[in-house]
Amino acid sequence: MKIFATYNIKGGVGKTTAAVNLAYLSAVDGHRTLLWDLDPQGAASFLFRIKPRVKGGGGALIRGTKALDDAIKGTDFDDLDLIPADFTYRNMDLILGGKDKKTTRQIAQLLRPLAAEYDHVFLDCPPSISLVSENVMHAADVLAVPLIPTTLSVRTLDQLTEFVAGFSGHRPQVRAFFSMVDRRKRLHLQIIKDLQAERPGVAATTIPSLSMIERMSVERAPVTVFAPRSVAARAYRDLWTEVSKDI
Amino acid sequence: MTTPGQRGFVLEALPGEEEDLLSAVLAVLGQSFTVAADTDARGSGARRRTWLDTFDWRLYRAGLMLQFEQARRGGRLLLSKIDGTPQAEQDVTSWPRRPPLDLPEGPVRDRIIVLISPRALLPIVRAVSTATVTRLLNADGKTVARLTADHVTVTAPSRAATTAELAPRLAVTGVRGYPGPARRASALLASVPGVTYASQDVFIAALTALGRHPADYSSSVAAEITAEMPAPVAVARLLLRLLDTLESNIDGVLRDIDTEFLHDLRVAVRRTRSAVKLLGAVLPDDLVEHYKAEFKWLGDVTTPVRDLDVHLLGFDAMAGQLEGASPADLEPLRAYLAHRRAREFRRLSAALRGPRTRAIADDWRKALLKIRDNDGPRRRRPTAEALALSTTGRAFRRIAAQGGAITPQSPPESLHDLRKRAKELRYLLEFFAPLHDPVAYRKVVGDLKQLQDCLGDFQDSEVQRDEIRTLADAMLAERAAPAATLLAMGEIAAKLARSQAEARDEFTARFARFAGPAGRERVRVLLEGRP
Repeated sequence: MKIFATYNIKGGVGKTTAAVNLAYLSAVDGHRTLLWDLDPQGAASFLFRIKPRVKGGGGALIRGTKALDDAIKGTDFDDLDLIPADFTYRNMDLILGGKDKKTTRQIAQLLRPLAAEYDHVFLDCPPSISLVSENVMHAADVLAVPLIPTTLSVRTLDQLTEFVAGFSGHRPQVRAFFSMVDRRKRLHLQIIKDLQAERPGVAATTIPSLSMIERMSVERAPVTVFAPRSVAARAYRDLWTEVSKDI
Repeated sequence: MTTPGQRGFVLEALPGEEEDLLSAVLAVLGQSFTVAADTDARGSGARRRTWLDTFDWRLYRAGLMLQFEQARRGGRLLLSKIDGTPQAEQDVTSWPRRPPLDLPEGPVRDRIIVLISPRALLPIVRAVSTATVTRLLNADGKTVARLTADHVTVTAPSRAATTAELAPRLAVTGVRGYPGPARRASALLASVPGVTYASQDVFIAALTALGRHPADYSSSVAAEITAEMPAPVAVARLLLRLLDTLESNIDGVLRDIDTEFLHDLRVAVRRTRSAVKLLGAVLPDDLVEHYKAEFKWLGDVTTPVRDLDVHLLGFDAMAGQLEGASPADLEPLRAYLAHRRAREFRRLSAALRGPRTRAIADDWRKALLKIRDNDGPRRRRPTAEALALSTTGRAFRRIAAQGGAITPQSPPESLHDLRKRAKELRYLLEFFAPLHDPVAYRKVVGDLKQLQDCLGDFQDSEVQRDEIRTLADAMLAERAAPAATLLAMGEIAAKLARSQAEARDEFTARFARFAGPAGRERVRVLLEGRP
């Protein structure tokens, strides 16, 4: 079982749309795929028309008193299941912090029993730097990091790379990709060009800023489903080809 | 996840009205769900399946079903219990078009090989089905269950012209995490007039539609006779049943599917010969004389191939017992046996395809049917029960007398002869089994079987040792025998001599159990009906 996580400290950078489309493409490739919506906003759950609610509360899942297995919902697509978001996830840091000591390996441990059932797990992470994101980074084999082409985002990537490099033992592979790219902006193009040349972990594929991607919240489906021939769908397919090579 | 009862529902519509009923089903489901056709759904479109079993239904009798689901290349074997519970599955890259179907290595093979050996798997039913999938959506437009409608056409591979359409089947499949909607959809389906719970698996429904039923072949006698039936009618029924068994195995023998077709055929011939000999007094004399000779001929033509089959089937076990020699030393013997079998098989095949066999089957059946259906005066004829009691009692007394006279000094022939008598008694017991009390019957047969096993070991060891000698001579004459092979064969012969001696030592105790006071009492209870 390989674990992919989409993560960025900032919100609104195309994290959830990437997670949703990549997970769908993984399933289309015949991999048994699970997407865990860890973001209390529940955008990934919404896009798959699944209510953002875990029976018995998300806290029980994280504490391990309720099996992840019982929370899994089938999506409309073959080989693709989802663990919905839950509003209690907003307190997940407190839950992970626990009574005695903070734990950074809890999510990895919770996922382990699912190894027989799934080939790929995608974790859609809430934006923040917190105990949750640290847990996700420890669990993941590939960390897919969407970046908006700004100077600030370069700093973010550096910080993240450095943070992960400090892990002892298992370290995820960091795979950054540019998201919400406006090809009319010269600054965007320049930053992409520079960073792709300077950093080895930056994907060649970029996800453009397109209204078709925004339409996902109207269609409530991956863009790769409702507009499979669109530029957006093609970009996600290329990104999946690149990211899946990392494992 | 299929609910409930895994088998789904059957649309009991008149031909041509299935579509109307299906529309009614969708209208009812439409009250609770939005229904949407799903043309790309997994499981929609055409599906080709073949159910497999041995000729004598070993899987079914063990509560199992084996299905081969054909894909573009190769396919998948699925082993399940009769109720549909999955047991094992295995991918196969290619599958032979005709039997015998050798199972490739894998979990399914591991699970069933001991059960079916040495029988081969045969296609029992083929099904081509076309499935249409409808998605059931909730208020959010989320798929919460699926309805599959399956139109199935089935054929019997052995009778290529036999085809049947099954009543369309419906199944509700739940989506993970949404058990409620699937339950609701099933309940709605069950409320539609003309929709009923499927009581049979597709396999069983297919067999029924093709005019068959599971386990419709058995090598046991199981003739339909009653105590009051006139003896000639009962004997004719018995012999007809044996003739059915004999004939149903001929095709498998000729196609050389597995060794057990010939074995069952030979057992049917032997039983027929015994019945003619022991019960022939109630049949016309000329008929008895003619068919005694015919069935002896038929038995004899099948002997060489069966003897070689026995050697080949036990070959690995025999080679594994070698202490002095290596199993590889015996390989030239295996090659020689296989070569001889091929030659003998051609002879057997010619005999079974020839006019004499055809005449036996056809004319014998005609004669027996005439006797069975004859409504002539019955008063002076004995009943089946009277015949059973007199012949079984006589056969037992004969064994008791012959066996009692055997001493450690008696020649081997006396035991061989006793084995024949024991076999005759066993056949008589089996012929008239429906007339006996089952408990008393099992006790007597149990004792007899012990005695027969011992006598069988004694004689088989001797026969096999003689055969090894004959084979060694023949191989030498044909220069097919290296010295190492002959030495290994010598070791086998010595082992056989030892097991023969062991069987002889055991004889006295086994015979005493069968024919001593307790054994006699068990036979008396069987025949007189009182403990």
